[in-house]
Amino acid sequence: MAYFAQQSVNAISLGFLYALIGLGYTMVYGVLTMINFAHGDLFMLGAFVCLLLVTFSPVALPFPVLLVLVMAIIGGLGVLIERLAYRPLRQAPRVSAVITALGCGLVISNVTLSISPYSRAMPEVFDDRYFNVLGVGVSLLQLLIIGVSLALMVGLDVLIYRTRFGMALRAVAFDAKTVPLMGISVNRIISLTFLIGTGLGGAAGMLYGMAFPVISASMGVLVGWKAFIAAVIGGIGNIRGAVLGGFILGTVEIFSVAMLPSTYRDLISYSLLLVILIFKPYGILGRAPNVKV
Amino acid sequence: MESVRRFCVRVAECRWILPLLLVIGMGFCVAAESGGLLNSYTRFVLITMGVNIILCASLNLVNGYLGEFSVGHAGFMALGAYAAAMMTTRLFPQMPALFLPAIFFGGLVAAVIGFLLALLSFKTRGDYLALITLAFLMIVKSALENIPWVGGPRGLAGIPTLSSLPITFGAAIVTLWVIRNLVFSKFGRAVVAIREDEIAANSMGVRTREAKILAFSVSSFFGGVAGALLAHQITFINPGSFDILKSTEILVMVYLGGIGSLAGSVLGAVIFTLLSEVLRDFGTWRMVILPLILVLLMLFRPRGIMGLRELPWFLPRRELTSRRKKP
Amino acid sequence: MSALLEIDRVTMRFGGLCAISDCRLSVSAGVAHGIIGPNGAGKTTLFNLITGIYRPTEGRIRFKGHDITGWRPARIALDGIGRTFQNIRLFKALTVLDNVRIAYDTQLHYHPLEALARVGRYGRGEEESIARGLGLLEHFGLAEFATLRACELPYGLQRRLEIARALAVQPSLLLLDEPAAGMNTAETAALTTFLRDIRAHFQVTMILIEHHMHLVMNLCDKITVLDFGRTLAEGTPAEVRADPRVIEAYLGDGEA
Repeated sequence: MAYFAQQSVNAISLGFLYALIGLGYTMVYGVLTMINFAHGDLFMLGAFVCLLLVTFSPVALPFPVLLVLVMAIIGGLGVLIERLAYRPLRQAPRVSAVITALGCGLVISNVTLSISPYSRAMPEVFDDRYFNVLGVGVSLLQLLIIGVSLALMVGLDVLIYRTRFGMALRAVAFDAKTVPLMGISVNRIISLTFLIGTGLGGAAGMLYGMAFPVISASMGVLVGWKAFIAAVIGGIGNIRGAVLGGFILGTVEIFSVAMLPSTYRDLISYSLLLVILIFKPYGILGRAPNVKV
Repeated sequence: MESVRRFCVRVAECRWILPLLLVIGMGFCVAAESGGLLNSYTRFVLITMGVNIILCASLNLVNGYLGEFSVGHAGFMALGAYAAAMMTTRLFPQMPALFLPAIFFGGLVAAVIGFLLALLSFKTRGDYLALITLAFLMIVKSALENIPWVGGPRGLAGIPTLSSLPITFGAAIVTLWVIRNLVFSKFGRAVVAIREDEIAANSMGVRTREAKILAFSVSSFFGGVAGALLAHQITFINPGSFDILKSTEILVMVYLGGIGSLAGSVLGAVIFTLLSEVLRDFGTWRMVILPLILVLLMLFRPRGIMGLRELPWFLPRRELTSRRKKP
Repeated sequence: MSALLEIDRVTMRFGGLCAISDCRLSVSAGVAHGIIGPNGAGKTTLFNLITGIYRPTEGRIRFKGHDITGWRPARIALDGIGRTFQNIRLFKALTVLDNVRIAYDTQLHYHPLEALARVGRYGRGEEESIARGLGLLEHFGLAEFATLRACELPYGLQRRLEIARALAVQPSLLLLDEPAAGMNTAETAALTTFLRDIRAHFQVTMILIEHHMHLVMNLCDKITVLDFGRTLAEGTPAEVRADPRVIEAYLGDGEA
């Protein structure tokens, strides 16, 4: 029973991380109906930027400052990629944009791999502590992950459903052709979407690096794409779906590793993705797009 | 300049050149193999080139002609490579005569799985289909890692060196011939019609599911054939050699040479093989340059060098006469 | 005589929006049937229902006496219904000849394996497909453009190619969605003659959606007026022209 509870705590914190990464995929998909394959690699870069900041900063940076810096840097990079590689292709066939995104992701991960061929240890950002809650060990870090993720998600929800920017964003997602007629700059909305989406990915990378303190260039593919599975399971383009999917995948992974050899984890996650895509291609909360004839 | 162009057009129209080239090529391959004309490096590069032509032409069927985006081609290679290698190392060791059946078996295994994948995902399009192929690739890789019988993550070693120049050359010719036949048939036209406008194609009586399944099956068959050849060239395979980067390599070839074009597939594969040899000294930076090329191609020449155009050498004669007819 | 196409109390809802409600339509063989109505009246939706792109929420559709409700578009096309689209949907990057061949191809019978190995019925089938494609283009005055890509044709010829392609399906019923869209009066008059000629030559029943009243009144034997997804009126051109409800809802002063 204690074991089950312990695994549940682990599943929840992993689920939050997946959800946080998945939000970036889902925001971009919601607005551009395009899968940003580079998102996982930006997530990976978030961990590396954090490592660089901690290593080379002359003064010890407190956690909130680090978080904001990582989010700003990764978010900025996301905007840059959109500007240089995706925007010119907005009118092109959608496959072109998908290919470009995949290419950008591979460039990022292999540049990182070339500079840092081996895994690196993430230094401690703060002193971790363990609490014993009813026989279940919960670390301060896990609480922090849950807290920060929750705060970012609630913030995002407020931003999208309660602000003018959010309204404009939903308008672009609904009909990008009509929105410019209302005097809204579609480009600015899309840039902001990338800033926020990839910024959240960067934050997730940093938190993931702290939770599993060995980081490597392949993290983007290994973890980032998993988060993408989460977003698809929940229903891509749907913010709440990303969170739901994150929890489902986190739970499935933690418990499959607990019961089967750990080498089966990827097999199970990707099989789950395949099954969902085949039988419920738009996810649990997603809706099929309307095709006009 | 103009005279050069006109000369090229004239050469392109001379259809007897292609069979002549094939005979010379085959003669050269046999001679080089038995007479030891080439050093082992050149021979290795030429065989790689042949394998790449098969890969590029077969992926072009799905990514170029059908207009979908599959990143799972390395998965079909893996299936073909493992199936054929199991035959030559475990089931019938020391029997090089069975290499051709082993290649065919590798292709068949890949084709059956490709058929099933297309059958299950017949409703899926665009980036969702790309995802299905991605999931497929990851599943093949991690499944192979979890089967101790085929070596698990360490892979299969000691595969006999059976991929010779004539066999690779022959396989490449057969691949191009079969795909050419498919493309210039009612099925090929249906595949292309789906790429152009699926709803209009349906309203003309084109059955999407059939065309898609056929394109996927043939494409994965030759993906498997290429995998089988590769396994018997490098003599060692492991699940990690058939990852997303392997798929990316094939994608670069397809989009470099040109989508929807067999001449483009050959061109793309030849350029890529040479380029990749030049980049060999760059280590992991090579894997930065390749995707970068892919991105630049998409931005500046999304259809590739020969995109949607075909060299008259590859057209069936009756297509050619219908094309020339100018009343 | 039983009707070629019978639409029996068909209703189509998209979420809360009712695009077609309780629609009844019966088209006899050999007739040219016009469908008119203001934008958003559900005319194109009706075509999409007949050709199987949408599945009706309620009601049945019968063609040549059998029920085709819920059939896939390809099966309906092969059963003998050809169509054009409001916003031209040609296979743009393909040649003009290939555009009509793709429609002819569905009547060729050879197995994929015969194609892969170039044996059996493949050769004859291909010969036939080219010959018939060229023949059809000849009839439509498009033969000289056979090797051009469809997107390189001028607008009017693209419209004409789309009709040719629909006829290559060898339909007994041809659905034309605004064939005169974007044409001036002279072009529309030419189109009227052209459609009349097609009707005689290919022995095909026609349903056409059109806003150009001259075309509809001159060509059609029968007219249905749709408004907000409902059948407002039905009858011969003269009857419809005289119907006060139609005048009020659509024609305004009676002559558009």
